[in-house]
Amino acid sequence: MNAVAINRLDIEKIRTQFPVLNQQANGKPLIYLDNAATNQKPKRVIDALTKYYERDNANIHRGIHTLAERATKAYEQTRHAMQQFISAKHVEEIIFTRGVTESINLVASSYGRAFLNEGDEVIISVLEHHSNIVPWQMICEEKKATLKVIPVTDIGEIDLDAFHKLLSVKTKIVAVNHASNSLGTINPIKEIIDVAHTVGAVVLIDGAQASAHLPIDVQELDCDFYCISSHKMYGPTGTGILYGKKALLEKMPPYMGGGEMIKDVTFTKTTYNDLPYKFEAGTPNIADVVALNEAIQFINELGKENIAAHENELLSYTVKKLSAIAHVKLIGTADKKVSVQSFMIDGIHHFDIGQMLDTRGIAVRTGHHCTQPLMDRFGIEGTVRASFSVYNTKEEIDQLAEGVERIIKFMKQ
Amino acid sequence: MKSINFIQDEIINEFSLLDGDMEMTVFYVMELGQKLPEMKEALKTEDNIVKGCQSKVWMTARMEDDKIFFEADSNTAITKGLVSLLVRIFNGQSPEHILTTDLYFMHKIGMERFIGTQRSNGFASMTKQMKLYALAFKTQKEITS
Repeated sequence: MNAVAINRLDIEKIRTQFPVLNQQANGKPLIYLDNAATNQKPKRVIDALTKYYERDNANIHRGIHTLAERATKAYEQTRHAMQQFISAKHVEEIIFTRGVTESINLVASSYGRAFLNEGDEVIISVLEHHSNIVPWQMICEEKKATLKVIPVTDIGEIDLDAFHKLLSVKTKIVAVNHASNSLGTINPIKEIIDVAHTVGAVVLIDGAQASAHLPIDVQELDCDFYCISSHKMYGPTGTGILYGKKALLEKMPPYMGGGEMIKDVTFTKTTYNDLPYKFEAGTPNIADVVALNEAIQFINELGKENIAAHENELLSYTVKKLSAIAHVKLIGTADKKVSVQSFMIDGIHHFDIGQMLDTRGIAVRTGHHCTQPLMDRFGIEGTVRASFSVYNTKEEIDQLAEGVERIIKFMKQ
Repeated sequence: MKSINFIQDEIINEFSLLDGDMEMTVFYVMELGQKLPEMKEALKTEDNIVKGCQSKVWMTARMEDDKIFFEADSNTAITKGLVSLLVRIFNGQSPEHILTTDLYFMHKIGMERFIGTQRSNGFASMTKQMKLYALAFKTQKEITS
């Protein structure tokens, strides 16, 4: 990839665009470090939702009146914006879903049901979120296929040698994340995709943790499917996309039946609509899709590489601050990471740490982060996870470190 | 023997001294947990786990001279503090009293505010478990007498 000039962002100015940050939690200024679970929404996204309901609300596509026209246009504009955002070749390769979970279930159910056979294999990794494990378990059970799992190394990286060994002509699907939600590891997906293609497997990438942080070019990656959740990239909850290569989506059967996804219906025969509508049965989540466009523009205007530069700085600072504290153990120290840091404190349960940080207005996530097999791999029940977005600051990380130090001081006295 | 309500009022008074400071309150709860008499490791079995708690909570009870005595522990410090409050309130009480007395101290000290909904649900499960023990001992006593 070509080198991109990095511009330093005015974080204080950016913070003013996030109304939710301007509040106290438990009498202290809110410090929101739970961005890998969901990040906050800029005012323009919130305004887009309000504007849609105040001015444009109508059901889309089949209406011929002015409002239906406006709503349809706004909805389809987001599809075009998302096409650009991930560099998809065709706009109809963008399917709106409820988010990554639904996108993966769609592929597992539709593609899996049509093309998996007894004895076939699906490969995932230990790093996966439950949403990229369970749908594959379900379809493998149904089709009598086998689920194979790529192990991870002690620092939380996918073991590529092991992946090569797992691959065979039996491999039909490989599904891995672009970045791990628990550890932040950025996976070498280009290599995984290329190698998987040599045995004829299709590759699905769970991009939940990548969309707000990493450049995504699905054509360059040559992935077959790519999944995104809006709410992890400054957009509303309840929507997201499945990108799929057109040729694959065309040969896949519909996932759900209903309105929108049909051309003609009679009691003897129904013909299905063209892409992308074949996979968008029922009235979609119009308002949230419309507002998602504003989140895309927000990221585009700031520049993903500028966002990443700021977040990388925050991550390095966090690693430096937390590793200097006795009794703190960092979990997930891969070379390439998005802005996520999991940690533990010897002898103190992660729930207690999370609860105590909350009393200081600091929001972190505690537990297994929907990656129980990964926690088992490290022989732990869970971690405390701090994760950052563009609006976080070093001062907030100082507060986190101070909170951690106070907890240790209290518990170890 | 102090009554259940007397102890509840004592707890309310103690917490009022913390003046609503969340961090101090949580630290205080954990301190109470540290003072809870140790539960024998052999009693920390699957059977003694209280269902419905996010953290692990073990609880057991015995009857002596018509009074119930609880032993409990948790793998998290805050929950251990919370269960220690219940042990303090119910230890040495009769099954009848445990069954018929309502707990009000947690509302008065604003517990839900500082432990959140999930832990509040867990707290309700612990209370329920203690009442179930009381009911079992009461029934046992009625059958044998």
